[in-house]
Amino acid sequence: MTFKHSRDFEKPIEDIERRIEELRHYSSTGSPVRREDIEKLERKAKKLISDIYSSLTPWQITLVARHPQRPYTLDYISHVFDDFIELHGDRVFRDDPAIVGGLAKLDGRPVVIIGQQKGRNTKERCLRNYGMPHPEGYRKALRLMELAGRFKRPLITLIDTPGAAPDIEAEERGQSEAIARNLLFMSQLKAPIVSAVIGEGGSGGALALGLGDRVMMFEYSTYSVISPEGCAAILWKDGTKADVAAKTLKMTAPDLLRLRVIDKIIKEPLGGAHRDPHAAARNLKAAINEALSEISDVPADMLVQARYSRYRKFGVFKEP
Amino acid sequence: MVWFKKDLFTRREDKTIRVPHGLWVKCEHCNEIIYKKEVERNLDVCPKCDYHFRISARRRIDIVFDEGTFSEFDSRLESVDVLDFKDVKRYKDRLKAARSENVSSEAVITGQGMIAGQRAMAAVFEFSFMGGSMGSVVGEKITRLLEKGKKERCPVIVFTSSGGARMQEGIFSLLQMAKTSAAIALLKEESIPYITVLTDPTTGGVTASFAMLGDVIIAEPRALIGFAGPRVIQETIRQKLPEGFQRAEYLMEHGLIDMIVDRKMIKSTLSRLLTLLRQ
Ligand SMILES: [Zn+2]
Repeated sequence: MTFKHSRDFEKPIEDIERRIEELRHYSSTGSPVRREDIEKLERKAKKLISDIYSSLTPWQITLVARHPQRPYTLDYISHVFDDFIELHGDRVFRDDPAIVGGLAKLDGRPVVIIGQQKGRNTKERCLRNYGMPHPEGYRKALRLMELAGRFKRPLITLIDTPGAAPDIEAEERGQSEAIARNLLFMSQLKAPIVSAVIGEGGSGGALALGLGDRVMMFEYSTYSVISPEGCAAILWKDGTKADVAAKTLKMTAPDLLRLRVIDKIIKEPLGGAHRDPHAAARNLKAAINEALSEISDVPADMLVQARYSRYRKFGVFKEP
Repeated sequence: MVWFKKDLFTRREDKTIRVPHGLWVKCEHCNEIIYKKEVERNLDVCPKCDYHFRISARRRIDIVFDEGTFSEFDSRLESVDVLDFKDVKRYKDRLKAARSENVSSEAVITGQGMIAGQRAMAAVFEFSFMGGSMGSVVGEKITRLLEKGKKERCPVIVFTSSGGARMQEGIFSLLQMAKTSAAIALLKEESIPYITVLTDPTTGGVTASFAMLGDVIIAEPRALIGFAGPRVIQETIRQKLPEGFQRAEYLMEHGLIDMIVDRKMIKSTLSRLLTLLRQ
């Protein structure tokens, strides 16, 4: 696999990966290539990836979180769950492709899944609106949350959005109301909720699916009140300061674990989820199962109470 | 959620032109120069064109509550620079400046009082304090207010005016949306009235949480109300925004709010609503 849209810091990795592929190609065509040479290069690549990925800056992590080859919600759904049946529409206006959801089984246990969905190519990106939902997307999600509550199914949400759609249609159909309503509803939902940020956790558009009992983040995902570019443009009055803003906002998984906002970091395979989507999916599955085992037997009322306490305590202030 | 704070501030600077120390003010809507005392007597509404000027939290409390009945809650809560946030300025210094420029110590005042003889609790935003932005203190004060409202079975009214989340508190500002919305569920369960009054401007994380969750949602005439700010939307879609976009009247037409109420009528309207919703 080659990565056309990869980021600068991945260049040296890609160069080696390309050379390895070339050698493999020669060897498969019968040309004399020494096995040790390939293995040596592979070791070198591994070391390089490990070096580069262990010292990524918050801005570089943001770029990995947005990597065009990164697994998206539907990729995880097909690798983590069985028997997925996608459900569509908000019953009011239309079906928003920027949010997908439905019924599925997780190791035999019936669950409800919801997540934002990005597109892989130009046509798909347009269809999925770059993973930026409209109000009808959040209202479809609300419908599925209600279903989870009524049928006592654990709700799994996968978060991956730059933010809720900022356009005329979103405003005239009540983007704010749709997000607010989901927050209110999730806080009272009588079913366990496990949320995982798989890529970008962009602002209120992410939170609108993220009010979980357990909240986890992939190692190279981000979760923030505003995009680093947006923050830089407003506070630094200079959009190119996005790297500084990314660091200042404390939006990476280790930052948010340290601030006790999330419960767990889900490890990614060497070099990020896009290098081995199957391994990433296995890690996600294990993490969801672990989280569910902690909360799925808790009576619904206690769960709702504990969820209230969880969100109640977020915030830091002084009271002299 | 806060993308368009910038346009709110520039708007403020170039449109709300108040002649300093003078006896006259210029209406930003009809451009008339009006005698200041006359505007004040008219509850800071332009007597020529009915334009509603932005007003301070204290002024709004005076307009809505019976004289001398309002008592403040949690006034000592102070914001903390939890992320050690520094852009071109330190958050600490921005806070210090906001405190010295304002009577209010934060972007919201909470408390209780009487509205035409009926008890109500209220949160009133102070836009001039860092654009009414919501950080931990704003979220905490509102959540405490809602919890108190539940405990004492007292209606709660929130008067919003905010550019959204306070970026300098990062993820904690975002999470105030979750915290406050969860607290509103407590009131809904107990059938305790929760009313919101959206004033110019109400945007971002404040709109997308407690502002749009009122049992009854009121707006002031022409108030800008939205999720994303007009500039961000303009930059995203690269086309001209429709006339009146995101104004109270536009939201009314699209079925997103219950009514638009003139500042002169807000006290009597709230009083009637409280009576009609009383358990
Ligand atoms: Zn006027």
